[in-house]
Amino acid sequence: MAKFFAVTIIVIAILSAIPILRHTWVAPEDISTHGRLIDEQMSETMAEAGISFLAAQFMLAVFIWKFSNPGPTATIKKFPGGAKGLVVAALLVVGVEVMALGIFGVKAWANVYLTPPSASAMPIQVQAGQFAFYFRYPGPDGKLGPIHPELINEGSQNFYGLDPEHDTDSRDDIVTAEMAIPVNKEIHLLMHAKDVGHSFYVRELRVQQDFVPGLDVSLHFTATKVGKYEIVCTQLCGLGHYNMKAYLNVLSQQDFDDWLKKEAAMQ
Amino acid sequence: MHDMSTHAVQHHAPPTSFIRKHVFSLDHKVIGKQYYALALIAALAGMGLSWLMRIHLGWTNAAIPGLQLLSKNGAPGGVMTPEYYLQLMTMHGTIMVFFVLTTAPFAAFGNFFLPIQVGAEDMPFPHFNMMSFWVTFVAFVVLMASFFVGDGPTLGGWTQYAPLNAVGAVAGPGQGLGVVLWATSIALFCVGQLLGALNFIPTTLDLRVKGMSLMRLPLSAWAWFITSCMGLTAFAVLMPACILVILDHVAGTSFFVPSNTVINDQLLPHSGGSTLLWQHLFWFFGHPEVYIAIVPGIGIVSHILVTNMRRPMLSHRVLIYSMGALAVLSYMVYGHHMFVSGMNPISSLAFSFPTLVITIPSTIVVLIWVFSLYGSKLRINSASLFALGFISMFVSGGVSGFFLAQPSIDIMLHATYFVVGHFHMVMGVAAMFGIFGGTYFWFPKMAGRMMNETLGKIHFWLSFVGTYCIFMPFHYLGMAGNVRRYSTFVDDFLQPLIPLHRFITVAALLTGAAQLIFVYNLIHSRFWGKLAPDNPWDATSLEWSTATPPPFDNFGGQHPVVYHDPYQYGVQSSTGDYVMQASPEQVKTEHEEK
Amino acid sequence: MRTKQMLVALLGLLLCSSLMFAGTVSGKVTYTGTPAHQKPIDMSKEPSCAKQHNPPITTESVVTGPNNALNNVVVYISAGANDEGQVPSQAVTFEQKGCQYVPHVLAMHTNQELKVVNSDQTSHNIHPLAKVNREWNKSQPPGTPPITEKYDKPEFISVKCNVHPWMHGIFAVLNTSHYDISKGGGDFKLPNLPPGKYTITAWHEDYGTQTADVTVTGNETKDVNFTFKAKAY
Repeated sequence: MAKFFAVTIIVIAILSAIPILRHTWVAPEDISTHGRLIDEQMSETMAEAGISFLAAQFMLAVFIWKFSNPGPTATIKKFPGGAKGLVVAALLVVGVEVMALGIFGVKAWANVYLTPPSASAMPIQVQAGQFAFYFRYPGPDGKLGPIHPELINEGSQNFYGLDPEHDTDSRDDIVTAEMAIPVNKEIHLLMHAKDVGHSFYVRELRVQQDFVPGLDVSLHFTATKVGKYEIVCTQLCGLGHYNMKAYLNVLSQQDFDDWLKKEAAMQ
Repeated sequence: MHDMSTHAVQHHAPPTSFIRKHVFSLDHKVIGKQYYALALIAALAGMGLSWLMRIHLGWTNAAIPGLQLLSKNGAPGGVMTPEYYLQLMTMHGTIMVFFVLTTAPFAAFGNFFLPIQVGAEDMPFPHFNMMSFWVTFVAFVVLMASFFVGDGPTLGGWTQYAPLNAVGAVAGPGQGLGVVLWATSIALFCVGQLLGALNFIPTTLDLRVKGMSLMRLPLSAWAWFITSCMGLTAFAVLMPACILVILDHVAGTSFFVPSNTVINDQLLPHSGGSTLLWQHLFWFFGHPEVYIAIVPGIGIVSHILVTNMRRPMLSHRVLIYSMGALAVLSYMVYGHHMFVSGMNPISSLAFSFPTLVITIPSTIVVLIWVFSLYGSKLRINSASLFALGFISMFVSGGVSGFFLAQPSIDIMLHATYFVVGHFHMVMGVAAMFGIFGGTYFWFPKMAGRMMNETLGKIHFWLSFVGTYCIFMPFHYLGMAGNVRRYSTFVDDFLQPLIPLHRFITVAALLTGAAQLIFVYNLIHSRFWGKLAPDNPWDATSLEWSTATPPPFDNFGGQHPVVYHDPYQYGVQSSTGDYVMQASPEQVKTEHEEK
Repeated sequence: MRTKQMLVALLGLLLCSSLMFAGTVSGKVTYTGTPAHQKPIDMSKEPSCAKQHNPPITTESVVTGPNNALNNVVVYISAGANDEGQVPSQAVTFEQKGCQYVPHVLAMHTNQELKVVNSDQTSHNIHPLAKVNREWNKSQPPGTPPITEKYDKPEFISVKCNVHPWMHGIFAVLNTSHYDISKGGGDFKLPNLPPGKYTITAWHEDYGTQTADVTVTGNETKDVNFTFKAKAY
């Protein structure tokens, strides 16, 4: 039974590794300028974690195979080097390994979070609410009008609580249900939560950031490939969480300008 | 009747009435069994919920016959609504984390065996111990009651993020009374665990018998001691957090609700609260909680392994220090749950490094286990199979921590099934394997009868293969970006993943069904099992020196004296290849603590 | 025997006369000024609904007709009808179709059965934001049986679906069965009114309430018109 167990462990370990080696289920192609570092970090971690996983499972299996149910003459043997060797090995090998991962990972993280957006980045506001995203473009004046929470009325499409009657800045604001951005242009995303916690996740953009109610956070990224992608909510926000989504259209500058004009006409 | 002897040991006479003996008992052994029974009921409830969830995820708009009887609104015509899915999910998580993974390995086994392993007659504060169980029991009743009120239980997940947990029923079904009941239940649960920790710590420090130095404590006793220290500081933070949530509901306060919150086009009257405050309070508890669930498992598995390897661990001390390091580090890593929460990105880096460092003690524990197997005389039985399975699961769940410890990778994997797979493997399945191993190992001492080994092995094989079939694919789903906590997969990119979900559902149903074999074995053996000898496993620690089952005062009016290390196996003595801790026999050993 | 026959005949005559002399109040609802622009609704988040509307539908908070007609106004008898106790036995139906409520305004008698039907392939949650009545919020997955509910107090209730935030409708719970919703050219008609003094109320979700008193004497049709002042924003 012990030998069978050892074989089972090895079979499970190998079967578990196959989909990863064959890239059966993987993240979609990266379309951001910052994502490459994240992907590299991911593959390095996968290599190290994968080796640790296989090594540990194989060792466990081999020792179970070899040392179970020994004959009456067998004697206890001690692993050469004892615990001291193992502790040193763990500190050196694993310690160095994880520290290296951590230190290299800082760069990938800093790339997204510790660099400010460039001055020419295009501001777009996104508001998350139960259970939809709405986007706001500042219009020709480059200014987003103030939000009046008490005026929010979703039935008449006033998702942001804008008051164009009194606020001139709001009059040319363009509010949309889909997000369109020009390709190869840095976007400065201003994130506002209307009610509870939500999150903004675009797999292809290698971007995930929570909305914090009461605290507007921001994010910046550049998309490098034209296409239609999905923005989904990843923070449990209530019964409609599963269906809180919006489409992201990465367009050529020309198409984007046309789109924005069309949306402006529909306000 | 108090014996005013010089011992620091509590003496009390055995009770005679049924109620004092079996219901409101002061005996740590009865309380341990009560905790075990509670955990068993909770685990079956939690498993039933996971079945319903898995069926729904595989076949979303299919009617589950009879489900409408459980909740008319939650399952019109037997089809689960999105909110009912989330409510079942929240209850599954809460029941499993609190009422199974915290109670069974720590409160149940710890209560029964910690006093015996240190040689005490009971815990120092038996009334607190009794209260600890009954408060926990009431907490469970309060939680389950939320199924039967108004809109049902809360749908906010076991982490109950703010402000969804604080704004009230406007935010969805179950967010009013459901949350209040949840927070009340968890606050009560915290009281129960604090009372438990208050007993465990002095039991370990003050009630050890002559010769039982700290280093002569079995690894399981060390694990319970370390866990109770964690529990004391973790639950003491969660309890006030829950009270603040209740106040936001019933007293009009705004601890967790900021200004300008608009729900259903209505501006809420709250202002000035902080949503991140909840996350800090919750995870300051929540991450140690993961170790509260798993450290007892580490101790139990070590205890089982060492007995069945017939040799001491490569290093007793290194294992203890590693468990201690896990406990200390567990407080310094909690921010890795919040990398993309909007917390300062520098903090994310600061929390990332201790998280990476925590892999070192975890690795040391695994290496000590695996290399202790080298040159051992391993006995294969249900208990040791589950202990070995624990190592395999602990490794599988542990390596995924490499990914989640890094903020940059967390951008991709946060809130996906990768995380769900990670914590189910390392905290769910591994801890469950610890519980199963502990049950097969200690059942003879607890019930006085042996469990059926054949059924135990069948249970192991189905569970081991089954849980890998369920939880390994979770990681693949996460890598493809499958978001967790979705009741239905409507996004275009999730459609190709649905067949994998169906595979998981089938595996989950079968693996769940295999657990019924365990329940049958447990109940059948309790009444009709073979009578157990005092020391069926040729083990050394004090619980095997006393009668089976142990008398009311554990050692029949005597105080054992400890002469040896907890695990003197692989020696030549009059009893065979081991010498018991309480045996005065002098044998040649490799190492002996003072 | 004779007296009994006489009585039956008399009763029949009375009944006939009350039917014969049933009056009708009818008229038009109009607006002055410029109503707010009704914005097109972008349903891209729910493709199964978006593809049903080409071009996209607009919001329905102000629905107008030719010649300044104002539709979707609830016109009902708020005093004088005295038919609170006569609850119609048939249910009223509120349908979710293409992520839109049909009808936009649904009037019903207190305690009358309300049936909510989901004709879409997606799950909706029906969340009427009742203040006077008990508030409820229920999801309705596709293919599940209708939700049946009742309201026992008169109230204008705003209905929304949180999953599709643009969805907006009105439940007008009234203490009478004498109501109509203005449509087409802003027309409404309240038939079968026995002689008496009535207060007619017209209610619009954005423009508020107007009332008119009217006396119905016999078999006549009284003309009552309402004019609301439109708001540009």
